[in-house]
Amino acid sequence: MALLEVKNLTISFGGLRAVDDFNIEIKKGQLYGLIGPNGAGKTTVFNLLTGVYKPDEGIIRLEDRDITGLKTIDINKAGIARTFQNIRLFKELTVLDNVKVGLHNHYPYSTIEGILRLPKYHKVEKEMNERAMELLKVFELDGEADYLASNLPYGKQRKLEIARALATKPKLLLLDEPAAGMNPNETGELMDTIRFVRDKFDMTILLIEHDMKLVSGICEELTVLNFGRILTQGKTGTVLNDPQVITAYLGE
Amino acid sequence: MKKMNITKTTKNNLITYLMVLLAYLAVQMLLLTGNISSLMKGLLVPLCIYVMLAISLNLTVGILGELSLGHAGFMCVGAFSGAFFSKCMDGLMPDSLRFLAALLIGAAVAGIFGILIGIPVLRLKGDYLAIVTLAFGEIIKNLVNVLYIGKDKNGFHFSMKDSISLHLDAEGQVIVNGAQGITGTPHDASFTIGIILIFISLFIILNLINSRDGRAIMSIRDNRIAAESIGINITKYKLMAFSISASIAGVAGVLYAHNLSTLTALPKNFGYNMSIMILVFVVLGGIGNIRGSIISAIILTLLPELLRGLSDYRMLIYAIVLIAMMLLNWSPKAIEWKEGLKRHSKKEKEVK
Ligand SMILES: Nc1ncnc2c1ncn2[C@@H]1O[C@H](COP(=O)(O)OP(=O)(O)OP(=O)(O)O)[C@@H](O)[C@H]1O
Ligand SMILES: [Mg+2]
Repeated sequence: MALLEVKNLTISFGGLRAVDDFNIEIKKGQLYGLIGPNGAGKTTVFNLLTGVYKPDEGIIRLEDRDITGLKTIDINKAGIARTFQNIRLFKELTVLDNVKVGLHNHYPYSTIEGILRLPKYHKVEKEMNERAMELLKVFELDGEADYLASNLPYGKQRKLEIARALATKPKLLLLDEPAAGMNPNETGELMDTIRFVRDKFDMTILLIEHDMKLVSGICEELTVLNFGRILTQGKTGTVLNDPQVITAYLGE
Repeated sequence: MKKMNITKTTKNNLITYLMVLLAYLAVQMLLLTGNISSLMKGLLVPLCIYVMLAISLNLTVGILGELSLGHAGFMCVGAFSGAFFSKCMDGLMPDSLRFLAALLIGAAVAGIFGILIGIPVLRLKGDYLAIVTLAFGEIIKNLVNVLYIGKDKNGFHFSMKDSISLHLDAEGQVIVNGAQGITGTPHDASFTIGIILIFISLFIILNLINSRDGRAIMSIRDNRIAAESIGINITKYKLMAFSISASIAGVAGVLYAHNLSTLTALPKNFGYNMSIMILVFVVLGGIGNIRGSIISAIILTLLPELLRGLSDYRMLIYAIVLIAMMLLNWSPKAIEWKEGLKRHSKKEKEVK
């Protein structure tokens, strides 16, 4: 059974069919890549999967549950978390607090318990701190826990976004160009981290990436988008050697 | 690392509480030694009111990140509902209990108005709150001016025309008398009570900020789309912050009403000028900086009075102080300098 199953997903902006008849099946535990030239519609697919846009047509199923048309927060509760192409951190919050906001729905206490500092507040906050620090350790951010998120260097901001997404305990993690703006060293490290996250958290990951080294290095399967439509789909090795894909990338 | 983080915010909050306490003790000393003019004495309760208004508005503007231009409107709603209650119950229950109930009623009514405005407006994406709160403040003020409520054996009577249309019987009493407002509200307010209310407001706001709900509120301020993507209920937390902010303004209004013999809704006290003045306190004290709001509310309230002797230059100096505070809080250079100081002191600690 597929974890994520998308059928016939379509959306137009004005006259532009940004995503047209998109289909995908991702199995649990897979590391799946979504590639394509600039403006192909990759980020729009993420926005459709997370309810930022409502599709004109199509069905999205997560573990056989129809989640098409749900609100973003309900899709997150259903089990999809994401990062953004243009980093979207909570800049004025600390690194630790960014992750703790991600933990929000899994570590509840009431407003009154919070304001009056009742025992439950102390207990839950302590658990949250521990869990958040664990997550930060995975990304080697524990040393910067009390920095403001905006003071982190670029590469670490991208990692923090992944940590925050993981804090929501997703079943499926969507990464939008996680290596953008990283140097080859950082990209190499990031590849290890992504693999580690998949193994340690038993995670299914769909990622958008332009860095072919990263894509061929860690993705097991690929879907190539071009002008909103699927160009080809399949095992990474096969797809990357497809002449159609090579033309799409080099341009006609 | 984590420990340090926690103690740092706790320490910061303690400094804020301590500052208020010291200000209180200093004023008590002055009162005891008689070194305080009657003019200053008259300013003590208003000072507490302004401080409460400033810190509560900062919850909306600085923590939630929404612009509200009608904070005085919530104060107005609180003032009239609290005073109304006190007038009705005066002599029917112990004074302290009655005043406490009036405070709670003012908080509740203002909070409800906050929710009523917030439900439609805070769901919208964009800066609609500013314009709607601005309208709300003006409408409330004008509504109160044509509101007549009286009481007799048969119960309450309402009118929007004049007190005669209330048709009260001989023993009937007009409680809210249109533009004449409410007269004879018991004088329960005092500086000590004002300070206690500041402490309670601070306790609520600071503890809210440093809790799960506060983090959710600030995450919406910093990046709404990201907050949504990790399952934060935007409307719920916006409403929470906004209505708590309104409630505290309502309490400030009740205090205001119980400090005067006559409560009327004038442009001066409940109009948009007042809302803007509170906003000026918040902006100059630093958006999101609760302690800064307290300090700027105090300085900007006292300054014109302290400078009265210099009559001609009073407004000039006032303006200079305004500009200086703004530069200190907002110029990139000053911010850099302050950051530098912080980093410096941190490094020293780490070396040790
Ligand atoms: N909200 C929107 N309104 C109108 N057009 C949009 C909107 N969002 C995306 N588009 C258009 O849809 C197309 C696909 O955009 P999208 O951001 O999905 O591309 P992408 O594959 O992520 O590109 P890149 O690699 O540059 O990030 C583009 O032509 C874009 O201009
Ligand atoms: Mg994109």
